[in-house]
Amino acid sequence: MASADRISAIKSSLRVIPNFPKPGIMFQDITTLLLDPKVFKDTVDLFVERYKNENISVVAGIEARGFLFGPSIALAIGAKFVPLRKPKKLPGEVISEKYILEYGSDCLEMHLGAVKSGDRALIVDDLIATGGTVCAAMNLLERAGAEVVECACVIEVPKLKGRERLKSCGVPLYALVES
Amino acid sequence: MSATNSDQSVTDDRVARIASSIRVIPDFPKPGIMFQDITTMLLDPVAFKDTIDLFVERYREKDISVVAGVEARGFIFGPPIALALGAKFVPIRKPNKLPGAVISEEYSLEYGTDKMEMHVGAVQTGERVLIIDDLIATGGTLAAAIKLLERVGANVVECACVIELADLKGRDHLGDKPVFVLVSST
Repeated sequence: MASADRISAIKSSLRVIPNFPKPGIMFQDITTLLLDPKVFKDTVDLFVERYKNENISVVAGIEARGFLFGPSIALAIGAKFVPLRKPKKLPGEVISEKYILEYGSDCLEMHLGAVKSGDRALIVDDLIATGGTVCAAMNLLERAGAEVVECACVIEVPKLKGRERLKSCGVPLYALVES
Repeated sequence: MSATNSDQSVTDDRVARIASSIRVIPDFPKPGIMFQDITTMLLDPVAFKDTIDLFVERYREKDISVVAGVEARGFIFGPPIALALGAKFVPIRKPNKLPGAVISEEYSLEYGTDKMEMHVGAVQTGERVLIIDDLIATGGTLAAAIKLLERVGANVVECACVIELADLKGRDHLGDKPVFVLVSST
């Protein structure tokens, strides 16, 4: 099936919830995509088609909605899956990267030893907004010696300029739909 | 009262590799707990693929229309299984994560309670459901997930986990619902 047709169906499967998690935010809900097996399969296939010949050795998924897409991509391309998590969720030794939010800051963690020098990494999340979380993910992977090839998301919110933020860190963005 | 393991456990070459790919972290999240860490299995593409294949082989002929995965590690195993079975994937989440209308089920912890949520309308009456989590310990989380799904009229066919902490007897807390695990740990 042509990419444009699949992408059109993917976009139609998303639902927007106004004023979540706070007033003024139009939340892009991917759970309705997951309720349509054909659309969900097409979503994963589009990413796999793009990356299967790129020698990706690591797919890093950002907790928690990156976990919904990353593992299936990793399995299809024969890569390791590495979860990037909120603080204190990963047992054992971790490396941490702090990042700034609109108010305050947060932290992303990755297991020590999960990623090695020379690994070619793909970052996966459901949506990119300002790009703050993805930049933190990129920093973690680069600190472990990986080359971050690209960031793959289902949805991009162009007015929040995540693409530009990633470009300034040297990471291209691939997104299936724009909101 | 719990079923014997003979039809519930798997003796298969692939299971040995899966079991050895899981690492144990002592005293996490608190002293005395031997934490079963599946992230090392995710670093072994063969072991991860075998894990998914073993579940898919078991459920492929069972007309499963929904795979429900418990946040967050259930999100790692559930979607690949759902995709292979052609089933919907439904996330079961901690409070206030799912946007829109949800139903909630409260459950007990060692100290206090927690809540899990599912979207209204995600699962229809009569759908055949498989619940996935990485591990079954006391069975409290799975019991709450079963209740949530039964409240909307679903038929929970089975719960499936990579690991069982057998000493905690989680199976006994799930009533008549069977649990299928790949690796039983004491």
